[in-house]
Amino acid sequence: MSTHAKTRIVGVPLPRKEGVDKLLGRARYVDDIEREGMWFGATVRSTIPRGFIREIRFDRRIDWSEFAVVTAADIPGHNHIHLIFADQPCLADGQVNHCDEAIVLLAHRDKCRVREAVSAVQIEYEPLPAVLSIEESERQDVIVWGADNVLKSFLLEKGDVDAAWTSAAHIVEGEYRTGAQEHLYIENNGVIAEFNERDGVTVWGSLQCPYYVHKTLLAVFDLSEDKVRVIQTETGGAFGGKEDYPSTLASHAALLAMKSGHAVKMVYDRMEDLAATTKRHPSRVRHKTALDAHGKLLAMDIEIATDGGAYSTLSSTVLSRATLHSPGPYVCPNVRVRSHAWATNLVPYGAFRGFGAPQTIFAVERHMDEIAAAIGLEPVELRRRNFLHDGDRTATEQVMREPVILDKLLDRALKESGYHAKRAKFAKENRTSPVKRGMGIAAFYHGAGFTGSGERNLNSMAGVDVTAEGKVRVLVSSTEFGQGTNTVLTQVAAEAIGLEYDDVIMAPPDTSIVPNSGPTVASRTSMVVGKLIERASLQLVAMLRESVGLDEGFTRDEFFAACERHRTAKGEVRAHCRYEAPPNIFWDDQKYRGEAYPAYAWSVHVAQVAVDTVTYSADVEDFWAVQEAGRVLNPVLAGGQVEGGVAQGIGYALYEKVVLQGGRMANNQMTNYIMPTAEDVPPIHVYFEEIPFSHGGYGAKGIGELPHDGPAPAILNAIRDATGVSFTSIPLLPEDLFEKLATLENATEAAAV
Amino acid sequence: MSADFTAIDFIVNGEKRSVEVPPMKRLLDVLREDLRLTGAKEGCGEGECGSCSVRLNGELVNSCLVPVLHAQGAWIQTVEGLALDGELHPLQHAFLHCGGAQCGICTPGMLMAATHLLAKNPHPSMAEIREGLAGNLCRCTGFTRIFESVASAAAQGGEGAHAR
Repeated sequence: MSTHAKTRIVGVPLPRKEGVDKLLGRARYVDDIEREGMWFGATVRSTIPRGFIREIRFDRRIDWSEFAVVTAADIPGHNHIHLIFADQPCLADGQVNHCDEAIVLLAHRDKCRVREAVSAVQIEYEPLPAVLSIEESERQDVIVWGADNVLKSFLLEKGDVDAAWTSAAHIVEGEYRTGAQEHLYIENNGVIAEFNERDGVTVWGSLQCPYYVHKTLLAVFDLSEDKVRVIQTETGGAFGGKEDYPSTLASHAALLAMKSGHAVKMVYDRMEDLAATTKRHPSRVRHKTALDAHGKLLAMDIEIATDGGAYSTLSSTVLSRATLHSPGPYVCPNVRVRSHAWATNLVPYGAFRGFGAPQTIFAVERHMDEIAAAIGLEPVELRRRNFLHDGDRTATEQVMREPVILDKLLDRALKESGYHAKRAKFAKENRTSPVKRGMGIAAFYHGAGFTGSGERNLNSMAGVDVTAEGKVRVLVSSTEFGQGTNTVLTQVAAEAIGLEYDDVIMAPPDTSIVPNSGPTVASRTSMVVGKLIERASLQLVAMLRESVGLDEGFTRDEFFAACERHRTAKGEVRAHCRYEAPPNIFWDDQKYRGEAYPAYAWSVHVAQVAVDTVTYSADVEDFWAVQEAGRVLNPVLAGGQVEGGVAQGIGYALYEKVVLQGGRMANNQMTNYIMPTAEDVPPIHVYFEEIPFSHGGYGAKGIGELPHDGPAPAILNAIRDATGVSFTSIPLLPEDLFEKLATLENATEAAAV
Repeated sequence: MSADFTAIDFIVNGEKRSVEVPPMKRLLDVLREDLRLTGAKEGCGEGECGSCSVRLNGELVNSCLVPVLHAQGAWIQTVEGLALDGELHPLQHAFLHCGGAQCGICTPGMLMAATHLLAKNPHPSMAEIREGLAGNLCRCTGFTRIFESVASAAAQGGEGAHAR
């Protein structure tokens, strides 16, 4: 109902809620905060990928009595990081399973002294054979996790794939690879912890999910819920990189606080953050696809392998999303997806914007262009013939009940980019120019919210209350780290109650104040939590009508006066509500069948790329992103999400390479891990089509992750268009272009002689 | 004063300030720890990200690469020195309304780079804006709205405020 109504505040480009503090330089990030008598922590890490710890030696030239020293033996509760499985220790105990695993923690009042002391702790190892790639893990010669190195596997089956091969007019196979990617939030991971017997543990930190950290601390310290308090400080970027790692770092700082009796700050420098914290899962995806004579998909057989690193962390859920996004936005009667997350002795890979989808969407959207070339269809036409439409069934047999407007998005993307005219022009120019230009597209969906039964299991709670100072507060553990949580949730509450934007503020993201509205991940905040705030706000008004007779069409003053009457009569002025799944949602976790996501956001990207055949650089010259993500709650913020996601996707495709040597990241500096700069990012043209989703906050679906899914395949498709050469692996650096293009040129020249 | 410490006198955001610190202490740490001006941030510690950018004698510097001794007698401007009497600087106003800040961690450095750019070139072209901000990394915005913010401030005469 409300999703189609005219709104005053939702849909308006109101300025970011915490914007003024950030612009004045007075927003307090964790490293800007000092606590009384605060010490500084540091971490002694493993230098080998796998082995037994035989001895820990402390250099006698240092007076260790000035330091707090913590090892696994000091942990009062359970030595594990609470996530999905309990296999990752908080501190290595007897054995290390990856380089840069934490073994010993140190704290000292002097920041410089504690850093110097790290190298004065010597670890003696008895090395064990290590597994450092997907292929080594698959061979199972060395078992490093469980019985078979498999962190998780899925089988998704629709129809009968094997029966389809014989009747196919075309069968096209391909293999696609994606590398690790670092989040490169500009603020490194950091926390401050305090401990005392009366209050237990308090942690302030740069983090996405206060209640994840809360849960881990409960286990590590074996404390009751009221003795652990987690407060998110202003957070300087996250992108998934502060979803699970802060649980480890918070535990470390809190252990040092307990041991030292002081507040302890641990803020990583860039080298430590890059070497020791999570990255996007590397992947290898194989496609075998059957089509009929008209270019209609008959069967898709997909095999996915991801590198999960040494512990399971979030690899199972990342693999789930990778699996569910792997067939792309197409109708196909027979689909089989076999997927495995493999354990290796590398730093555990983790959540990163898109959460497995960018990997498998890269593969399927690159593969579509290979199919098009193989069967003699235009890439656009092949996609059009196979797009999902309303009423169609996905690979999990989910019926598309909400409108699907892929054709419209594609039409708009082609028109805005001048796709056809440009392709024709470039084809002519490329014959004589050393710079080859091409156009590439990618079409895709991104499932919003937790997968399958995930949102039901989370059972999130959110609320609003009214302060004595006359402000409505939004009560959520959903955090702000640049995406606009504060702004859109306060917009929703102001709209629903009938107040102005400035009348609503966010309650501090502090587990002692706000309920658990679930983690700030999975493009779920606007859609799921937004809906909770919309409902709680309406509930608050209904409560005031009933309790103190608030009239219809109330003014602002009447509203707050009613709140005060309610407060006098009943105490606090507050309304809460819990998640309710949309009707007709069914998910079978065993068969991987049913409504994989309550809603999908849809998008078509177009990239214009120039490949210089003298320097072998590939430059994205122009970029168009057209999407439907439900109602746009704040056009400036939503546009910013798309532009930022596209820029990260460009980095993923062309710039960002994690170089591993002996299991360690070798380029753990901003000097040699390269992200796109102001001079590398092209103009990004963003267009929204809006179809309100009735179960999202004021009609919103998720937008945060969607834009990261498309750039890599669109760019590599454009490079194929420009050069006629297929590249199937990212990151695609100039040296990779050189290797293949120069070899081909030499072969052509040799043939000419 | 200990032999390891040096007295440094400089003008920070228009105010005379004095500190006694090790001469090789990074200007960034002196600003953040000794003067409690925490607007400038440390992103990389090696001059790559620009989030510690401040203006020193009219030049844009990475304060993580400047030993404080180099700032003896200098005129320094940080993000805290941009707004006047609680009134947002035109660039801050433009960043707020164009969406130039998301997580905000690069924003102080980005604002200083933009201030510096407009001081040297009050009406930059898009190519000049890109070049002027190329030493400052932003991971959230894809830069698009930052360019727009700078262009908007320039169009409204944002260069006037640099003289403060």
